[in-house]
Amino acid sequence: MPIEVLMPALSPTMEKGNLAKWHVTEGDEVSSGDVIAEIETDKATMEVESVDEGTIGKILIEEGSMDVAVNTPIAIILSEGEDAETAISETNTNAVVADTPVTETVVATEEPAPLTNQVEITVREALRDAMAEEMRLDDRVFIMGEEVAEYQGAYKVTQGLLDEFGKKRVIDTPITEYGFAGIACGAGMAGLKPIVEFMTFNFAMQAIDHIINSAAKTLYMSGGQMRCPVVFRGANGVASRVGAQHSQDYSAWYASVPGLKVLAPYSASDAKGLLKAAIKDPNPVVFLENEILYGKSFPVPDTDDHIIPIGKANVRQQGSDVTIVSYSRGIEYVENADVELKEMGISAEIIDLRTLRPLDMDTVLASVRKTNRLVVVEEGWPICSIGSEICSSVTNLAFDELDAPPLKVSGADVPMPYAANLEALALPTTNQIVDAVKKVTYTT
Amino acid sequence: MSSKSQKSVSKKDLYKDMLLIRRFEEKAGQLYGMGHIGGFCHLYIGQEAVVTGMNAVMIEGDQVITGYRDHGHMLVAGMEPNGVMAELTGRVDGYSRGKGGSMHMFSVEKHFYGGHGIVGAQVPLGTGLAFANKYRENNNVSLAYFGDGAANQGQVYEAFNMAKLWNLPVVYVIENNRYGMGTSIERASSTTDLSQRGLSFDIPGIQVDGMDVDAVMEAGRKALDHARSGNGPFILEMITYRYRGHSMSDPAKYRSRDEVNEMRQDHDPIITLKEKILDDGDIDEDGLKQIDAEIRKIVNEAAEFAQNAPEPDPSELYTDIHLEETA
Repeated sequence: MPIEVLMPALSPTMEKGNLAKWHVTEGDEVSSGDVIAEIETDKATMEVESVDEGTIGKILIEEGSMDVAVNTPIAIILSEGEDAETAISETNTNAVVADTPVTETVVATEEPAPLTNQVEITVREALRDAMAEEMRLDDRVFIMGEEVAEYQGAYKVTQGLLDEFGKKRVIDTPITEYGFAGIACGAGMAGLKPIVEFMTFNFAMQAIDHIINSAAKTLYMSGGQMRCPVVFRGANGVASRVGAQHSQDYSAWYASVPGLKVLAPYSASDAKGLLKAAIKDPNPVVFLENEILYGKSFPVPDTDDHIIPIGKANVRQQGSDVTIVSYSRGIEYVENADVELKEMGISAEIIDLRTLRPLDMDTVLASVRKTNRLVVVEEGWPICSIGSEICSSVTNLAFDELDAPPLKVSGADVPMPYAANLEALALPTTNQIVDAVKKVTYTT
Repeated sequence: MSSKSQKSVSKKDLYKDMLLIRRFEEKAGQLYGMGHIGGFCHLYIGQEAVVTGMNAVMIEGDQVITGYRDHGHMLVAGMEPNGVMAELTGRVDGYSRGKGGSMHMFSVEKHFYGGHGIVGAQVPLGTGLAFANKYRENNNVSLAYFGDGAANQGQVYEAFNMAKLWNLPVVYVIENNRYGMGTSIERASSTTDLSQRGLSFDIPGIQVDGMDVDAVMEAGRKALDHARSGNGPFILEMITYRYRGHSMSDPAKYRSRDEVNEMRQDHDPIITLKEKILDDGDIDEDGLKQIDAEIRKIVNEAAEFAQNAPEPDPSELYTDIHLEETA
C-alpha cells in the first residue's frame, strides 16, 4: 500500500502551516527517520521525518506553499513495485492546498473610528511590538523567562527581541519560576523594570509566592517607600487538549489580590495598548494572555504611542436588550453567540472588561441601567469567579434596575479533561450563552 | 574598583553598634512583654557580631536584605532606632508607617531592602538586587542574609544556580544559629556544613566564627572582594547563636539552659570585643561605661518615642496599595 505523508501539527492549536522546503525529490529512496521536509508556522519551524521506508512517489504540495491545512497529504511514499499514478488514484487523494484556511481570521469590530492608520497584526505581534517599543524608550526595561531569547519565545511572542536588544536585556532563564520571579522582584525593588514571561500561568503557581508576597504587598508593607514594578505576563486560560495541569484560567485568583493590577485583553489593539501601559505602570501587573488568541489578527493603530488606559472596560457593541460582560477569549464565545442572538432579534451590549483589577464597574453598571439584564461569560471556574464578583456588585449597586437575576456562564467546575468531547463540555458554549440570554430576557 | 571607599571602623564603633543592637532588642523584648509590641517579634540577641562585622566592610551602595530577624540589620545600616521601634509598636512614625511591623521594614535611602516574612524569599530577592547591580554596572554587591532553616528551601538553590550562571555580585550570609524555630540543624539538614551548600553550583563558601566580629570582618572582606571583582556569588556560613527563643512566644524548651549559658559566658560577641578593647588600652572601663550610658539613653528615647507616637490614621488603611503616577 502506498503511504500518504500528511501535514503534521506542530502544536495542539496549529490548524495550518507552510511547507517551507522539501529535502527530497520524487524518486528518492527514504528510510524511517530521514528528514524529508521542513514546515513552519508563525511560531516555529520543524523538520518532517519519514515514518516509513520506500521511494518518494509523488510530491503533492509544492515547496513554498502557504497555509496548508493540518492532515492534508503532502507526499506519497511507494513500496517496492508500486507506481505513483496508481497510488494517487488508489488513495483518492484530494491533495490541494486548502483554498480557505480552516479557521477564518475573524476581524473583530474595534473601537471608535481610528485617527491613525490601522495595520492588521496578530495578538502575538502586538505584544512583541509593545515590549520592543517600551524597551527602546526605557533602558531599565528588560525581559526574562524560559526560552524568551535564543528560542525566540515558546509561543514566539518575544521574536526578534534578542537581536535588537541583546542578551543583557533579553534573558533566558533556567526552568525555575520561583527563583527567577524572585530575582525579577528584587531587580524591581532596586529600580529596574522587569518583564517576566511565564511560558504559561500554570507554571506561575511555582512563583505565586513572589507575585503576591514580594510584589503585590511591598508598597503597602513599606508604607509607600518600596515599589516593585514587575510585569508578569504569559499565556493564561484554556489551551487545547493539554489536560488539567496546563489549562486553567487564573483570572479570579490574581484579581482578588490588593496591590496587583490584572489585565486580560482580547484584541491585538488592547493587547498592545495595555501591555505598554503595564510596562509604564509603577505597580506590579499580572498580564494574562491567551494561547488561542496569539495567532488571531486585528487592526491595530499604526503608531508607537498606542496606550490603552488600565482600569477601563470597552463597550465592543452597543445594545439595548441585555448586557453581556466578558474578557479575554470569552469575547470570542460571546461574539459567536451574538450571531444567533441577532437572528433572534435580541440586541446585546457586549462589554470587554480588559482590566480585571481594578474592575471598571462604572461601565458595567451604566450598561445594566440601560438594558436591565446581565450575563457574565468566562472560561474560568464558576466558584468565586470574576462573574461571581460582577453579579454580586451589580446586584448590590443596581438591584432596582434589574429585570432578571444576573446569570453567569462559566467553565465547568472540574479539572480540565483531555478527551476532545469532554474538553468542549468544560468550556462555555454558544448554546449556554444563548440560553442564559434567553433566560434573563424571558425569551421563549 | 570604584571610588566608593570602605568606611573606616574602629573597635569602639563596632562595640557601639553591637551594644545598640543588644540593648535595643532587650528593650523590644520588654515592650513586647508589656503588650506594646504585637504579633511576631524575633530578637537578634547573641548574633550581633554578624551584621556588625559585615556592615563594617561594606561600601556605600551595597544592599542588604534579610528575613524576619531583621532589627539588627536595620540598626547597623543606619536606620533610626526611633523609627524602627515605632514600627514595632505599630505607629505612624515607624519606617513603614505602622503597616509593616517587625518583619517588614525597608529603607531605600539606607539600601536596606527588608525585612521579609516568608522563609527564604529574600534569597532570590537579594539575588535580584545583585542582578540590578550588574545590569547597572555600579560595582555594588548585595548581601542576602538567611538562616540555617531557610537554607533548606528550594528557592535558595534556584537563586544559587542563576547567581553563579550569571556571575551576579551577591554574598549569601547564612546565619547558622543552630535552630530553625525549634528544630536543631542536625534534625533538619542532611548535611550540616552549610558553607558547602553552593558546591554543586561552583559557589565557594567558608565557615566563619560568627561570634567574633574580627573573624566576620576578615571573611566579609574576602567574600565582598570576590563578588565585587566579577567572580559571582560567595557563601559565608556564620556559626552563631541566638540567646532568646525563635520569637517572643517561644520558651525554647528544645535546648538546655546549660547550652545557652555556655554560649553567653564563653562566646558572647560583645564581651569578647570588650576584652579586646581593654587589652588594647585605647578605652578604659570608665570609657566603656560611658558608651553604655549613651546607648541606654538612645534606646530609652526610642522606647519612649515608640509608645508616644500616634497610631496611623484610619485613612491609612487604603493608602500605599497602588502608586498612581507612571514611572
